[in-house]
Amino acid sequence: MDAAAIHARLKGRLGEKLGELEQERGDPCARVCADAIVDACRFAKEDEELGFDCLTNQSGVDYKDKGVIQVVYHLFSYRHRHGFVFKVDLPRDNPRVATVEGVWKTANWLEREIYDLLGVVFEGHSDLRRILMPEDWEGYPLRKDFVEPEQYHGISTKRESLI
Amino acid sequence: MKVLAQALLGEGGLLGSLPRDLAAALLMFAVGGIVVFGFVLLVAGVTSWVERRVWARIQSRVGPNRVGPQGVLQWLADGVKNLLKEDVVPAAADRFLFLLAPYVVVAGFTASFVAIPFAASFIVADLDIGILYITAVTSLVVAGILMAGWASNNKWSLLGGMRSAAQIVSYEVPAALSIFPVVLMAGTLSMQGIIAGQGAAPWNWYLFNNPFSFLAFFTFFIAALAEGNRTPFDLPEAETELVAGYCTEYSGMRALLFYLAEWGNLYVIGALVTTLFLGGWQVPRITENALLLSLLQFLVFFAKSYFFVFVAMWIRATLPRIRVDQLMVVCWKYLVPIAFFNVAGTALWLALVGLPGQSALASGARWVMTGIGFLLLVVFARRVVYHIRRARPELYFSPVI
Amino acid sequence: MGLEGIEVEVERGGGLNTEPMILNMGPQHPSTHGVLRFLVKADGEVIRAVVPDVGYLHRSIEKIAEKVGYHGFMPYTDRVDYLAAMFCNQGWAMACEKAAGIEVPKRAEYLRVIAAEFNRIASHLISVGSMAMDIGANTPFTHALREREKINDLLEALCGARLTYNYMCIGGVTWDMPPGFAERALDFIERFEPLIDEFNDLISYNKIYVERLAGVAAASAEDAINYNLVGPNLRGSGVRFDLRRDLPYSVYPELEFDIPVGRGEVGTVGDCFDRYIVRVLEMKESCRILRQCFAQIPDGPVLAKVPRKFKPPAGEVYVRVESARGDMGWYLVSDGSEMPYRVKIRTGSFTAMAMIDKLSRGIMIADLVAVIASLDVIAPEVDR
Repeated sequence: MDAAAIHARLKGRLGEKLGELEQERGDPCARVCADAIVDACRFAKEDEELGFDCLTNQSGVDYKDKGVIQVVYHLFSYRHRHGFVFKVDLPRDNPRVATVEGVWKTANWLEREIYDLLGVVFEGHSDLRRILMPEDWEGYPLRKDFVEPEQYHGISTKRESLI
Repeated sequence: MKVLAQALLGEGGLLGSLPRDLAAALLMFAVGGIVVFGFVLLVAGVTSWVERRVWARIQSRVGPNRVGPQGVLQWLADGVKNLLKEDVVPAAADRFLFLLAPYVVVAGFTASFVAIPFAASFIVADLDIGILYITAVTSLVVAGILMAGWASNNKWSLLGGMRSAAQIVSYEVPAALSIFPVVLMAGTLSMQGIIAGQGAAPWNWYLFNNPFSFLAFFTFFIAALAEGNRTPFDLPEAETELVAGYCTEYSGMRALLFYLAEWGNLYVIGALVTTLFLGGWQVPRITENALLLSLLQFLVFFAKSYFFVFVAMWIRATLPRIRVDQLMVVCWKYLVPIAFFNVAGTALWLALVGLPGQSALASGARWVMTGIGFLLLVVFARRVVYHIRRARPELYFSPVI
Repeated sequence: MGLEGIEVEVERGGGLNTEPMILNMGPQHPSTHGVLRFLVKADGEVIRAVVPDVGYLHRSIEKIAEKVGYHGFMPYTDRVDYLAAMFCNQGWAMACEKAAGIEVPKRAEYLRVIAAEFNRIASHLISVGSMAMDIGANTPFTHALREREKINDLLEALCGARLTYNYMCIGGVTWDMPPGFAERALDFIERFEPLIDEFNDLISYNKIYVERLAGVAAASAEDAINYNLVGPNLRGSGVRFDLRRDLPYSVYPELEFDIPVGRGEVGTVGDCFDRYIVRVLEMKESCRILRQCFAQIPDGPVLAKVPRKFKPPAGEVYVRVESARGDMGWYLVSDGSEMPYRVKIRTGSFTAMAMIDKLSRGIMIADLVAVIASLDVIAPEVDR
């Protein structure tokens, strides 16, 4: 199925919650409202014609100027060999969205990484804790306004110049 | 031995003035000391060098070749280095058991050297229960390994110690059962007696005597490898899983004592196999000089047992290791029934057919078995040639590189 | 520390108080592939739960990309997966080229495939060698590395480095093949292919080895797709999918090769042995691809004209490369400036690590080592 057909089928199910098909800036994608993302993903996976049985990638992007953190879902279907992209915009001061771990198990670790580095809270996640940073780290490093703390447990994070 | 003892203890001898018992005891301690420190540690040390070279050559590497000519003094350097290292005892470890464990292990394997027959007159003590004594005393290492695993206060060491205890205790059974056919044929448990029942030529060895003892050779060798914690049964010290198993927390000389026990045990295994199945020190009587004959017997015995040490190293370099439950399955479901079958078969064979010389079938059977052994060697050689032709490796025949 | 799943309960049953052990396969361990840590809840030898603790090798490479620019990021991509660095280079180069619409010359594409397939062989050699070593056989590792040394020499002749190549750049490759390289490479492939059979004879079908791996931690095809296993792990579970053939890029449409798939020949489909044998067979396919590349490579330039201050138009791309460890996804968001706005690298090892807990219920500790080795997890890929 090509991107327009996929979008049409998704639109039939999600109606208003699904945005327009955008493909000028890159791969075909569509915006989804934050409260409908689990429904959209579940439909995408279980529908026979769409059959997106794999969440290939899930990333978070911090758009500081627009005041949103965007979570990007790259879906792929091994059966039909087509792909699609969902995008969810979340308010930057309180980014919360439901987890899609119930749909694809791989979302477990991918969402933990987004939580760790960007601070997006995934509601309903079974094990939401930091994965790459130490457990007691403060701050979300991948955000555009992240300022590195001066020290961590007494170790200075600034390296003095040797010259 | 007896002549020497007479000379020292007799009227004009060095120790003649002391009470008899004390003099005899001192003499035994001295001999024990010479045997242990002169021979055992030397063999164990040199075996470590041989193992590293053999292993390296099989793996297309060179091995130690810096310390001394071709690296023969590597073991000395390692020994000195380990003596100089700090002896770390973990703070929460059971101190007494932790310190004691290596010595128990070394005692277990060193004590077996007392009954190993190096030549017709080079045996420290020709016990009437020779082979039984050796089997019993080598089991002392189980206590040492369990002590090491428990006292280290480390879950990984504990796992290693438990695995090792289970393994050694289980494989005692097929090992002992595989000794029975030989004992039945020889009629005695004494080591010299077992050798006396064999001859110098391969067809006079117990190995080729009858099909059951041929099988018993293989089961004994496998069980003995498991006793010595050698690959493919080296789970207790599996480096990739347990770092170093029961000797993880040990450092310095204590750690080296564990490895010393392992290398020395290799030699004991080789010596046992040689004594039981390969005719021991038997050589054809080519000289009347007693000393020269003894020397020749010693060399032949040493060469035969060292060949099996080499085979054990070869197996270690080639095979992966078996998991602990598969190890138990191999022991109890395969080796033990085969060993029982061997015992029953040998007993029946001796009852019906008898030893060579008692019936024509017995005398003929050993030629057949020798032929089968020779055939196996030929098949092996052909496989080697086939693989060399296919892989076209770069062959370095010279042992010195 | 919030590690659910590994709290210890004292089980009272049968008159004996038993509690499962918590073992720590710590960051320093001879068999974890890199700096990884596993907390293992084990009942004696049988595992109840495994909690991986990653992050020891986190170098914030994705954040660094936002500071060093497009050209400057290429050496960093080597370090994402240093055993298969050419693929990381290729992924980043392809992402930038797709974002800016740059066409890579044909010769450069062939050189990329040659370098990448050599790297695939080298990476698989280490993978199968260290897997054999983890199971206890030390010799196959040294034999595999002996061959890898020759590949390292070849790649050093090509680009000057043995491990972190930095060979590809946006628009092509940095240097052409040196004279005599094709002969040397084909000579090596001639010698190397029968050695794969020798390797199989030595260790792959060895009874002890097969018994250790057969039927252990089998991942069914649905589970593999659900958990997003990729590459040889996915093909070991029976899913016949390879990016080079199904979503082809570069010059792969012009090359002919098979996709080895796990068939469960000694146990269940998708067990450790299948994942292992897929890698061994892939080495053979790589030899085939290399021969075709050397036969078909055209003449021409090796680098397209790319501005020094590389500024792709604002947009985003998602590019997938079939690396030695699976499908590596490169998500690039650019805002029209000289620095990338966001780079996200989704690696095969990251998602494979997530599956270790599911695969290890009920196996033994010795099997856990085999599982980690068969998934070919490598720490820098997990942590970036």
